[in-house]
Amino acid sequence: MANLADARGNGPAPTLTTADGKPLREALAKAERHARNRAFFLVLPLLLFILITFVAPIAQMLHRSVHNPAFSDNMPNLVAWFEENPEGISPDEGGWDALAQDLILARENKTAGLVGTRVNYELSGTRSLFTKGARNARKLEPPYREAILDLDEDWADPALWQVMRGASSAYTFNFYYAAVDKTLDQDGNIVDVDENRKVYVKLFTRTLILSLLITFLTFILAYPIAHLLATLPLRYSNLLMIFVLLPFWTSLLVRTTAWIVLLQSQGVVNDSLVATGIIDDESRIQMIYNQTGTIIAMTHILLPFMVLPLYSVMRPINPSYVRAARSLGATSWTAFRRIYFPQTIPGIGAGALLVFILAVGYYITPALVGGSDGQLISNLIAFHMTNSLNWSMAAALATILLTGILLLYWLYDRLVGIDNLKLG
Amino acid sequence: MTANSGNDAFVVFDHVQKSYDGETLVVKDLNLQIGKGEFLTMLGPSGSGKTTCLMMLAGFETATHGEILLNGRPINNIPPHQRGIGMVFQSYALFPHMTVEENLAFPLEVRGMSAATREEKVKRALEMVQMGEFGSRRPAQMSGGQQQRIALARALVFEPDLVLMDEPLGALDKQLREHMQYEIKHLHERLGITVVYVTHDQSEALTMSDRVAVFNDGVIKQLATPQDLYERPDNSFVAQFIGENNKLPAKVESREGDIVTVALPSGKACQALAVNCGGTGSDTLLSIRPERVRIGAAEDVNSTEGKVLELIYLGDHIRCRLNVHGNEEFVVKVPNSSDAGQLSVGETTRVTWAPEDARALDML
Ligand SMILES: Nc1ncnc2c1ncn2[C@@H]1O[C@H](COP(=O)(O)OP(=O)(O)O)[C@@H](O)[C@H]1O
Ligand SMILES: [Mg+2]
Repeated sequence: MANLADARGNGPAPTLTTADGKPLREALAKAERHARNRAFFLVLPLLLFILITFVAPIAQMLHRSVHNPAFSDNMPNLVAWFEENPEGISPDEGGWDALAQDLILARENKTAGLVGTRVNYELSGTRSLFTKGARNARKLEPPYREAILDLDEDWADPALWQVMRGASSAYTFNFYYAAVDKTLDQDGNIVDVDENRKVYVKLFTRTLILSLLITFLTFILAYPIAHLLATLPLRYSNLLMIFVLLPFWTSLLVRTTAWIVLLQSQGVVNDSLVATGIIDDESRIQMIYNQTGTIIAMTHILLPFMVLPLYSVMRPINPSYVRAARSLGATSWTAFRRIYFPQTIPGIGAGALLVFILAVGYYITPALVGGSDGQLISNLIAFHMTNSLNWSMAAALATILLTGILLLYWLYDRLVGIDNLKLG
Repeated sequence: MTANSGNDAFVVFDHVQKSYDGETLVVKDLNLQIGKGEFLTMLGPSGSGKTTCLMMLAGFETATHGEILLNGRPINNIPPHQRGIGMVFQSYALFPHMTVEENLAFPLEVRGMSAATREEKVKRALEMVQMGEFGSRRPAQMSGGQQQRIALARALVFEPDLVLMDEPLGALDKQLREHMQYEIKHLHERLGITVVYVTHDQSEALTMSDRVAVFNDGVIKQLATPQDLYERPDNSFVAQFIGENNKLPAKVESREGDIVTVALPSGKACQALAVNCGGTGSDTLLSIRPERVRIGAAEDVNSTEGKVLELIYLGDHIRCRLNVHGNEEFVVKVPNSSDAGQLSVGETTRVTWAPEDARALDML
């Protein structure tokens, strides 16, 4: 039992103590420690699982976006020369010397490909310089400058030396510059890349706009469905719910291919339109392999993610609220706008956030039905992961995407409040 | 207030029927007239169709058949928001995303009243239910009783002529419920509004109402003042549902004016008031209120022997269970006067009731 020691006394606030005189706070902490420890051990497996399979890979990915040692590990002489000579100096005899030594080294260790690829990321067409240089490294004789230039004139390109200088440090922000269509010029200033090589900002913008559009479309479509689900007698609403969830039980690929069957120019929709004479055979509508295809297919696929949070918010809304509003003199529209709708906002927020985040990172569907102008940023990330093997670039793009989403999440929290979110 | 005759009735249910599924009638041929300023309660067990009647009146359900008139006008085709009926829901239905003031201002706002008028009326309504300081609270920050008052204030703030209440006190504890019963009753008297009140609590109905319509299975079993309902039930259902009641099954032997002589299963005869029983030879159920039975009184026509089975001390009276005419659940309320202490369990005593206090009713 607690006793209030000297409660009415002046001076510092009295400390509550237990019956045997220990401070109450300490006693409470001690009493709860056991339960807390046990709870911790219960979540430990999950914690480890998440750390190993989620946190660690992401951290590694983030690290990769600023760290690429392919050049710096394999070209030690050049790295040393770049360290000794400040920015802007054209290669002297020592520089060519170092290059020749490194090419010999690359030949021995068979790392010319690695190094070439790394430089090629930033200056295309340079990979072959390194492989060719390494192949002929044994033949190189001093003076190396002439010998190397004999192999290929391109070795004299100042841009190449600028890129190599950048790559000589394992840690670099170059991938981030590239991810926002910037690059470093010969003096180390950040400048725009050539107009015809600007792809990333455009893709980021397109991804953002399409995701917002898809989120909006799912909201428009899902709201009435969710309302119907929430107000129908359970018997019917369960059946309808199965239809809503049906897409979840079908493979994503099947669903996407179904859209191809429907929307392609010789597809069901076009055929029907032609058959009914609404359009000519020549003017079949292009609805797939472009942005329209991406929007239609993704809206369909992401629809359940909007329906479910909306439904879970709408179901418990007592119909007597709207009835009360009506009896108080509100038209059905006013009752909806002033009474029903505001109570569904947590569901709208949750659904929109969910759909938007999924849409921003979506990649299979745009890859299949997006054509050239329906690709999203994730398709480019996938391209860098699997085709160009520029993982650092992929990581940089992914990091920017992740940061953007976190920013949005933060914004949402500020504007709506995350505790207003209702997922189910 | 007495029952109004048809012409000046404020609310009229005229042969109203309602079915939800097209197979069963939830409300069967309802005829009811409610006078202006009356406090009418629909009382009945759960599922007897009370809420359905209220919802038809409010406009949230349509009558399958028949007509509902409000102030002489048929309202079947008037949408709820144009009926001008205040309503208090059992769940209160206070808008959770609005403060108390916003809740109360809502009906005024949709009627296009100016901000100044709204403020004035909201303030007055809040004071009427003694909730003046709670204007800026949200419904979730108030107790059930406080929410109840706000719901009441909101239903009254736009000064409707008719207010419907569907078990508005159902969620409150007993003490608060009784307190609110008086408050609602006083508000009704002060404002002169017409109230249609739904409850399944008979004591609530008796306390508050001018008239009570007892519902069972979609039918009004009796429509009467509380006193009539208790003292003079028309049928066994009402006698059973309202207050405590001793039942004795019997058979009619002969009839003289209002008094019938009936034969009890015990073989003895007894006199009763013919209210709702058939002719000679038909089965009937005698209904006798426990407080109308005297113990140990002078010999009379309906005197008989009763064996005391149980005595429960209840302060103001003693509840005495006896075996009377073979009915072991026969209860008598003995006032706690000086001679009450004489009874003891197992003793046989004389019980007596007047022929008018035994009502011969229909078989259940
Ligand atoms: N919306 C509805 N749909 C179908 N049946 C209903 C509906 N509302 C009420 N019922 C049925 O009508 C009957 C009467 O219900 P109700 O009017 O709510 O009774 P009470 O209010 O007296 O408890 C019940 O059997 C109930 O199951
Ligand atoms: Mg009800």
